[in-house]
Amino acid sequence: MSFQFTEENLKRIEEARKKYPTSLAAVMDACYIGQEQNGHISEEVMEEISRVLDVPKTDVLGVVTFYTMYHQKPMGKYHIQVCTNVSCMLRGGYEIFDAIKNKLGIDNMEVTEDGKFSIEEVECMGACGGAPMIAINNDYYENMTKEKVLEILESLK
Amino acid sequence: MEKIVLPDIPNLDNLDVYIENGGFEGAKKAFQMSREDVIEEVKKSGLRGRGGAGFFTGLKWSFMPRTKTKPHYLAVNGDESEPGSFKDRQIFEKNPHQLIEGIIIAAYAIQAETVYIYIRGEYYNWIQMLQKAIDANYERGHLGEKMRETFNTDFYCNVYIHRGAGAYICGEESALMNSIEGRRGYPRVKPPFPAQNGLWGNPTTINNVETITNVPKIIANGGEWFASIGAPKHPGTLLFGVSGHVNKPGVYELPTGTLLTDIIYNYAGGVPGNKKIKCVIPGGSSMPPLRGDSIEGVKMDADSLREAGSMIGTGGIMVMDEDTNLLDVLLRISHFYHHESCGQCTPCREGTGWMEKILRRIKNGQGTSRDLDLLVDVAKNIEGRTVCALGDAAAWPVKFMIERFRDEFEKYVKPEVVIPVPNKIHSLKHSTFTVESIKISSKDGIQLKLDN
Repeated sequence: MSFQFTEENLKRIEEARKKYPTSLAAVMDACYIGQEQNGHISEEVMEEISRVLDVPKTDVLGVVTFYTMYHQKPMGKYHIQVCTNVSCMLRGGYEIFDAIKNKLGIDNMEVTEDGKFSIEEVECMGACGGAPMIAINNDYYENMTKEKVLEILESLK
Repeated sequence: MEKIVLPDIPNLDNLDVYIENGGFEGAKKAFQMSREDVIEEVKKSGLRGRGGAGFFTGLKWSFMPRTKTKPHYLAVNGDESEPGSFKDRQIFEKNPHQLIEGIIIAAYAIQAETVYIYIRGEYYNWIQMLQKAIDANYERGHLGEKMRETFNTDFYCNVYIHRGAGAYICGEESALMNSIEGRRGYPRVKPPFPAQNGLWGNPTTINNVETITNVPKIIANGGEWFASIGAPKHPGTLLFGVSGHVNKPGVYELPTGTLLTDIIYNYAGGVPGNKKIKCVIPGGSSMPPLRGDSIEGVKMDADSLREAGSMIGTGGIMVMDEDTNLLDVLLRISHFYHHESCGQCTPCREGTGWMEKILRRIKNGQGTSRDLDLLVDVAKNIEGRTVCALGDAAAWPVKFMIERFRDEFEKYVKPEVVIPVPNKIHSLKHSTFTVESIKISSKDGIQLKLDN
């Protein structure tokens, strides 16, 4: 199974490449674009990034394995990130984490059978003033309660 | 009180509104000054870095080579991953143009033609907001080659956002540079310092987002004006992010030197249920915690906090009420640093793991009081023995939390004593027993009940 970037994404990578004096620096942007197109960063995606940017495959692998926001296995359509760091913990972060786990019947870094939801316990996301918080894909939801979280889950189809 | 970084002006994220309210006056003035004079003015203002270390910004800029033989870079640190700090996000959202104006002035002062704003990957929506603001400034001729005409100068710079991908360590300046270069975020050994050998081996300056956002007002109003605000040795305002057990958590811009109790009780609305405060971490999770009964009279500026036994860090104030289980808090903090250690230096990679394991043992009810000493010992063996400051950041909460709240932690462990007992094989060897296993009676004297 081979992976190829779409024309549009190739252009985006080319744009990212122009920001830097070396092509290696564009690897992080390319990984995001690959993850967006493919859902996760498989070995084929890494090979394609290495080919497009002309950088060693090992360098791409090094980046993908270092940063936690790159996923090497498929995540749900809605990737739910729950902060349990101190500020959120003090205001009930773990209760919310448990409530979501119970509701979806999955544990940390697991995906529901229908592929719709995945859940990740994350470190501080910089929303301590709105603690406890969760993020679904790129969107922040602050000042959460168990009820509000379950309501949000219901609304996601 | 005048707010410098986040003024109460509605729609300030609109470029026209920003310009109507004195925007780009600082940049215009800067381009009529020489580079040296801009740096001199910032030095005079006493502006110190807002990212945690509190280094003098003007002095940092002056380390950049005066004659340019290689490209110069400015990297703006918006990684903001320190638990308890959430200030830079407010700047991206509410006052992005002042940040961009500050970048223009700083880039001019250090002759950087390329600027990277490093923003953590989770801030996707705020990256979009800032990119919109950058695009608007390109259109208006404030950035790129057009700025030569706009500001009547021979200098121009380009500004790019580099999106991080979820690594706390990339907030460390040299790890941040590796990340911009597209590598794993490993901190570099210093020296050489970034001003000599930074991005791609070229002279680079790294400043925090909040630091840079202060610059336009300093140039517009003069360094002396800025130096007169707040604490004399650490002037200006700070964005204090208050979180945890307070009624009104949020970001409050206040002059340095404001009383910690004033921030907690007057601005953040006090503690819910009027409970007492057990512990306050004044500058983000890596700073030494203060006991609730010792915060009276503590002022929030670098020197006053140092005297009080902590540090200003990023100004992220975490408040914990009297019912907080500090063991849970410390375990969570240790888990964080274990998770975020990049693995480069042995003391940090191994030590953070051991500290978490020992704390988990205590949490499981199997800890003894000697474990507390062991924790402090491990922490002291990490501190100062690593390439970057993450080692210290991991060690301080453990060391100071246990030292300052020993009474609290003793409750979670079995007391253990070391008494010299005559041993038939090694007559003077010291042996260790838990207090429960020692029975003292007048009839039998001291008896030991051994489990194994």
